[in-house]
Amino acid sequence: MRRYLLLAAGIVVIVALPFISDNYFVRIATFVCMYATLALSWNFIGGFAGYPSFATAAFFGLGAYAGALSQRHGVPMVLAWFVATAIVAAFSAVLGYAIVRLRGHYFAIGSIASVEVLRLIISSWSSFTGGGDGLNVPILPGGPDYVGALFLYIMLGIALIVFVVAELVARSRIGFGLHCIRQNEDAAGMVGINTAAYKILAFVLSATFCGTVGAVYASWTNYIDPTDSFEILMTLKVPVMALLGGVGTVLGPVLGATAFIIMEEVIWAQFLELNRAILGIVIVVLIFFLPGGLLGVSYRGLLSRVGIVRRPEAPHVR
Amino acid sequence: MEIIQVLANGIILGGLYACIAVGFSLVWGVLNIINMMHGSFIILGGYIAYFAFAHLGLHPYVMMPVAGALLFGFGYILQRGIINHVISAPVLTTLTLTFGLDMIIYNFITVVWSATPRRITLDLGQMDLGGILMPVDRITSFGLAFLLTGLLFLLLRTSRVGRAIVAVRMDRDAARLMGIRVNHIYAITFGIGAFMAGASGALLAVIFPVTPNLIPLFLGKAFVVCVIGGLGGVPGALVGGLALGLIESFAGHWLGPQHMMTTGFLLMLFLLLVKPTGLLGRKGYE
Repeated sequence: MRRYLLLAAGIVVIVALPFISDNYFVRIATFVCMYATLALSWNFIGGFAGYPSFATAAFFGLGAYAGALSQRHGVPMVLAWFVATAIVAAFSAVLGYAIVRLRGHYFAIGSIASVEVLRLIISSWSSFTGGGDGLNVPILPGGPDYVGALFLYIMLGIALIVFVVAELVARSRIGFGLHCIRQNEDAAGMVGINTAAYKILAFVLSATFCGTVGAVYASWTNYIDPTDSFEILMTLKVPVMALLGGVGTVLGPVLGATAFIIMEEVIWAQFLELNRAILGIVIVVLIFFLPGGLLGVSYRGLLSRVGIVRRPEAPHVR
Repeated sequence: MEIIQVLANGIILGGLYACIAVGFSLVWGVLNIINMMHGSFIILGGYIAYFAFAHLGLHPYVMMPVAGALLFGFGYILQRGIINHVISAPVLTTLTLTFGLDMIIYNFITVVWSATPRRITLDLGQMDLGGILMPVDRITSFGLAFLLTGLLFLLLRTSRVGRAIVAVRMDRDAARLMGIRVNHIYAITFGIGAFMAGASGALLAVIFPVTPNLIPLFLGKAFVVCVIGGLGGVPGALVGGLALGLIESFAGHWLGPQHMMTTGFLLMLFLLLVKPTGLLGRKGYE
């Protein structure tokens, strides 16, 4: 319960941000919401179902291109986001139908390859996608402060929707089924769970909102190109955020994305050259010292070890 | 005649791909780990060859075993010191870890040597083989790559260490009961994977420029070759490498060079769906 209060406090801060600070912080908060959405989405397949997906950048990039191309062909902005969402959902259903049958390493390789294939197709199909030159997206009128605040609220809204969906899924039959698949897929199939359908559903859920966020991102930054949209770093960062927060929980990815982006801004901005190396070091530290993520740490135990909170005395045994 | 030229190009390319991928395939098959650092190992081998050539005047082919040996040590230490601790963890953990370590190496390369392409020019000219034109440096590199791959095959087939590696791949617990030090064999295998990467990096340095921008390219080739050919063995890597080389060569000829890589990847996705064990893979070996 206390954790949800913390989340509510975070939302209040984000809502108030455009009134109390400048565009720099608004931008960071927008990134927090964006990555929270991506990490929550990844969690459907990677956390709940336990399938190591590295396809986030494929969905994000496809959404960005679908949205940008629709907008350039005269579709209104908000409608273009819906179009992009639908395209990505349909794409992920087809891809999911094909690759959720793979397990372990093969699934991981298939998901990484889908990012590469989309990037290669989009960069070589220059007559339609602009190729390596990228695409410009119309700029919204109203000045940077207004536009910044608007996109912050939109990203926050999407993140909240995904959060609610994740909560609903976690508490429903689907969440239970995915949990069973994660524990032991063969046994889950034997007790009557339609594993293929559940996995495809989780895969589509993990893609759909990435597509929305990608399209919104394209409208927000007004320019996209293949290397930026299908960035291999993003496909790694998003699972790392979920791992950092705590895989398989609903709050974990949100916490992980927030902590990661703040850390990125505070520490990494000082060492621009070492950006990737620090990501690597974070991963090593995470895997060796924080295997359960930030939510998995027993803070009470930690505090009592340093002597701040006293552990209750064990009862005397006579 | 043109077709034969394309065929020859494909075979030469395929031999090099096989050499790139065989170490990756061995590590995946034996340790059950996807080593995302493989591309960086290749480029590190290339840098070793380049600097030995530029500063000491040593021939890259002489540096091939040296680069391999240095990377063997590096790989052995990495496996023993870091990766071995999570060896039985789920794919997500091991893959994220090697991905993260790769980020560190990549960053090291770009900061220390920058992304400037560096090239070793040997100027060996071209050879005319009955109408087929082929640069000599490509042919010699291909020959050496083939030789290396063959030596690895012999090592796995005949030596004590090789038999131990194969035994661990077949059944880890049984191998342990037979008195094989599994952790040591794991580290040796990882080291051999790094050796093959470093050595092929030195061979490739005479053909391709040495630059970190090629890291994802080489890693991608290793993926595709492994999925096409099947895991863990030299024959699988050879078949996969040759298949990919020929496919890319013909796709480049008929569809245009910009579609070479896409064709390879699409073929891999297709094979993943219909036959994930690869053309030569056997069930239970992955």
